[in-house]
Amino acid sequence: MAITSKKNLGDIAFSSLTAFAASTVIFFVIGILFVLFKESSLAREKFGIIQFLTSTDWNPVKESFGALTSIYGTCATTALSLIMAVPIALGIAIFVTEISPNFLKAPIGIAIELLAAIPSIIYGMWGLFTLSPIMRNYIEPYLQKAAGGIPIVGMLFHGTPMGIDILTASIILSIMIIPFAASIARDAFNLTPAVVKESAYALGATKWEVVKNIVIPYSKLGVFGGILFSLGRAIGETMAVAFVLGNNHRTFTSLFASAATITVTLANEFTEADGDVYLSSLFYLALVLFAISFIFLAIAKFFLVREEGKHSQ
Amino acid sequence: MTREQKRKIQGFIALSLSTISAFVGLFWLVFILGDVLFHGVKALSLSLFINDPAAAGTPGGGLRNAFIGQLMITFGAALIGVPIGVLGGTFLAEYARGTVIARIIGVLSDIMVSVPSIVIGTFVYAILVRPLGHFSGWSGSVALAIILIPVVLRTTEDMLSLVPWELREAAFALGASYYKVIIHVVYRGAATGILTGILLSISRVAGETAPLLFTSFNNSFFSMDMSHPISSLTVTIFQYAMGPYENWHAQAWAASLVVTGFILVLTILGRLLIKWRYK
Repeated sequence: MAITSKKNLGDIAFSSLTAFAASTVIFFVIGILFVLFKESSLAREKFGIIQFLTSTDWNPVKESFGALTSIYGTCATTALSLIMAVPIALGIAIFVTEISPNFLKAPIGIAIELLAAIPSIIYGMWGLFTLSPIMRNYIEPYLQKAAGGIPIVGMLFHGTPMGIDILTASIILSIMIIPFAASIARDAFNLTPAVVKESAYALGATKWEVVKNIVIPYSKLGVFGGILFSLGRAIGETMAVAFVLGNNHRTFTSLFASAATITVTLANEFTEADGDVYLSSLFYLALVLFAISFIFLAIAKFFLVREEGKHSQ
Repeated sequence: MTREQKRKIQGFIALSLSTISAFVGLFWLVFILGDVLFHGVKALSLSLFINDPAAAGTPGGGLRNAFIGQLMITFGAALIGVPIGVLGGTFLAEYARGTVIARIIGVLSDIMVSVPSIVIGTFVYAILVRPLGHFSGWSGSVALAIILIPVVLRTTEDMLSLVPWELREAAFALGASYYKVIIHVVYRGAATGILTGILLSISRVAGETAPLLFTSFNNSFFSMDMSHPISSLTVTIFQYAMGPYENWHAQAWAASLVVTGFILVLTILGRLLIKWRYK
């Protein structure tokens, strides 16, 4: 569909203008990588890659920095929030595409979109003032009583329930990523051709068997892409967890421990970093965060594009 | 129990669970919005909008500086980001339609939309704040614009692609050059869609906090000078909610209500516009 008409001056000017505007996106990606790489050079020289990623030491006074406590916190909150969010998101997608009567489809769709539109700082504040006290006074003592005595599992519920901890942060994160996972899964489910589903019904399959054996296998690329996409978002979420995590650099086994994630460390310490090595280490952390989330988002996008390609053929 | 009964019961359990999960999602939405409304309305008053903050710990005062600052930063971001986003989307949908470069930029934009916004804050800090030596409202706008551009770019591309190709051919047949066709025919056909994309992108950045922490920073005094630190609602909410004073908390709730209301209204307006135009 390329345009082969003879070019005039206006066209050349306008097309270069638009090309320049479009290329800013490439410039941002390369620019962010380059700048973070350059700014982190001091820390990279001092700590190297392996030591920085595996050291649990985060000591501004001694200017000794390792990222492991932050990475550990990021992994823990992300994994927990996915465990809580994915089943609910899939349930919502199944409900909207297969079960819901038509008059309910639109309102639930809008509700999911609104949930996605609420800014993360609102989630954070709600978490601090409303969810955290509920967790501290009711849910966490209950969990501790119910499961604290069991060996090994009990380790997860060790310590004084404060409400400012991994568990609360993960619940808030899971609420935040439900809408992303649910809407991508819903779109993937909707791509299943009606003919295929109808043939299964004609063979006598129940609704759940159609979902389990036809819809989910048919859309697994899209669903998987959606989950990875939510994972990428959960890794980079800042304000929703900054309120309820406590910014405490340490490794832990209990869900009731305060902790730090990469994002929370950046939000709390970036403007207060006084030494060059300190600031450079924070840039290094930002670089690690950018690389991790970019890789996950790229893989997710790869799956989603493959899924689309499958259907456009 | 026969096999049929077992299958029916299995199906019933699975479908009930997914119905419950749909209502769990609704429950969170109602819980959070209801909570923000409940606490926010109590603290909402006229003085919140017309007064500047009182000294820390003393009652009274308002958040006029933060409201004005937020508007200026967001408006600045739209001023920088919207033209670049619309033009970039034009390139992808028109001049580069179907090419590899258009696909690459499209995929990169989708990734950039979800890249941690705090990383963008550190990036802008390194390229603008530190070289200039101080925080500034403009650097906040630039950080938000970097988030806004991919959103506008993608929606513009989608909306321009919806304009039938025959419409362009009709204009070509009359002898119009391509850029005139784009400006007079394609933009006109897709105007509502592009506007919707702009509205949604503004609602996307208006609630951002993390990129502003290191760029526009904060300012407890009234200021309209974009080349110096300027207060924003979201950073003020962060500071007030973490602070020790009761009336700070109340004002943070009120500010949250205003931010949430603004964003939800924009989002719903955008959806209605799309429905109305592309039904």
